[in-house]
Amino acid sequence: MDKLLNDFSPGLFVVQTVLLLLLIFLMVKFAWKPILNSLNEREEGIQGALDAAENAKKEMANLQADNQKLLQEARLERETMLKEARELKSKMIADAEAEAQSQANKMIAQAQEAIASEKKAAMAELKSHVAGLSLDIAEKVVRQELSNKDKQLELVESMLGEAKLN
Amino acid sequence: MLFASASAMAKTPVTEGNNNGGQVDTKTEIDGYILHHLQDAHDFTLFSYTNDNGERKHFGFPLPVILWTSKGLVTFMSSEFHHNDDGHVIVEKNGLKFAKIHSKIYELDGAATAVAFDEEHHATNAHKVLDLSITKSVLGVLLVGLLMLFVFSRLGKQYKNKQIPTGFGRVLEPLVIYVRDEIVRPNIGEKHYRKFTGYLLTVFFFIWILNLLGLTPLGFNVTGQLAVTACLAIFTLIIYSVSGNKDYWMHIFWMPGVPILIRPVLAVIELASALIIKPFSLLVRLFANISAGHIVVMSLIAIMYNLRESFGVVGSTSLAILLSFFITLIEVLVAFLQAYIFTMLSALFIGMAVAEHDHDHEHDAEGHEIADTEDVRSDFI
Repeated sequence: MDKLLNDFSPGLFVVQTVLLLLLIFLMVKFAWKPILNSLNEREEGIQGALDAAENAKKEMANLQADNQKLLQEARLERETMLKEARELKSKMIADAEAEAQSQANKMIAQAQEAIASEKKAAMAELKSHVAGLSLDIAEKVVRQELSNKDKQLELVESMLGEAKLN
Repeated sequence: MLFASASAMAKTPVTEGNNNGGQVDTKTEIDGYILHHLQDAHDFTLFSYTNDNGERKHFGFPLPVILWTSKGLVTFMSSEFHHNDDGHVIVEKNGLKFAKIHSKIYELDGAATAVAFDEEHHATNAHKVLDLSITKSVLGVLLVGLLMLFVFSRLGKQYKNKQIPTGFGRVLEPLVIYVRDEIVRPNIGEKHYRKFTGYLLTVFFFIWILNLLGLTPLGFNVTGQLAVTACLAIFTLIIYSVSGNKDYWMHIFWMPGVPILIRPVLAVIELASALIIKPFSLLVRLFANISAGHIVVMSLIAIMYNLRESFGVVGSTSLAILLSFFITLIEVLVAFLQAYIFTMLSALFIGMAVAEHDHDHEHDAEGHEIADTEDVRSDFI
């Protein structure tokens, strides 16, 4: 201990204190402050960049989800539209068919009506014609009857043939 | 090995001087040489040899001697002592006479013309003066200071232009980050660490580089000087005492949570711990480790001479080289370790002084306090 105390140099202690104070002051001012500040800045920058990347990733995921949703919606819409179109198509076809049917029915009915009236008219005409013919025949028959019985029969026969041709 | 050589040193009175031309051969001379190396020196000597005429030649350069004497400041070059270290060369300046005995400069009293010694080899007619010389250690401090300032300010400037340093700065930056993230931040805590980082970084690199410098053949032994380690320890003491908060002093003077009667006793113990034991442990640990390292390495080199008779020249030399090589490797580790420990403990002591003990804790269902990480940390330190 005595030896240690003897070795202790007060002068060196004083010089060392002054130099160390100076060194700390200079190092803090010219080295540690800029170094530590830059390191902090850089670390904050890195942290910021990482956070930004993380955010971007999240946004990207959101965007993708949105896209997916939109796509889904679009698909649904397309399907409903297709479905509607299909329905519309079949309805139109059905409508057209129904209308055509009714038109055809109507036309048929009209035609039948026309046919019926024509037939009636024809019948009436035929009737009148037959009546006329019958009268003519009857008249001729009556006339022939009066002359020759054979001739009368022949006449009726030919008359009937004529009437058939008509 | 260390204890053996240390106790041998303590017992043997150091006799230097008129041996066979200044050669270091015997055990006593080796002990004296080692002891001499451990002390600070007033000139920078790389090596010495004895020429053919029997003259001792020293290769190196003198350093300025600056003394605060009874008549004020006196300066001269150390070469005026002509490498004499036992008080036989008297230098006269400003009407005062000076002698150098075992690396200490003495001012002779009154009209004395030569140093008189008592039987314990203490000077009787001379007293020590305040020696502010640029000694070898001061030179070492200056060199390391300038080196640090140069290298780290260059690193600091690099950040102005680029985000990532290039060249040597790429080596330094991880070291700075290591000290900040592994030593300063965990021990002081996130909130306060920033303002102590500058001091702790300075101290870490200062001690580390000086320790490494001590392993070079330049022969510096700066961190093995008590004055230097004491200065460093006192800086730490001042910093943690000044920045200690109310809780810290409260825990020293009036420890909460213990019986009133014990508190004054605890206060004495705590005060001694804070003001004496902590800085003393810091200064002695660094001093003792570095001195021991130097003693061991030199003792192992000395095997070359001590065991020459038993093993022969080749045997003892190769043994010395082998052993000192491995011990030097360990010393490289110790150089870092001691810088780390000094910085770590300084950070720890500062951390204890600025730790915030928040007394309103969260309580769980049974009313027990839930310890948060900060509390666990402050319990540890």
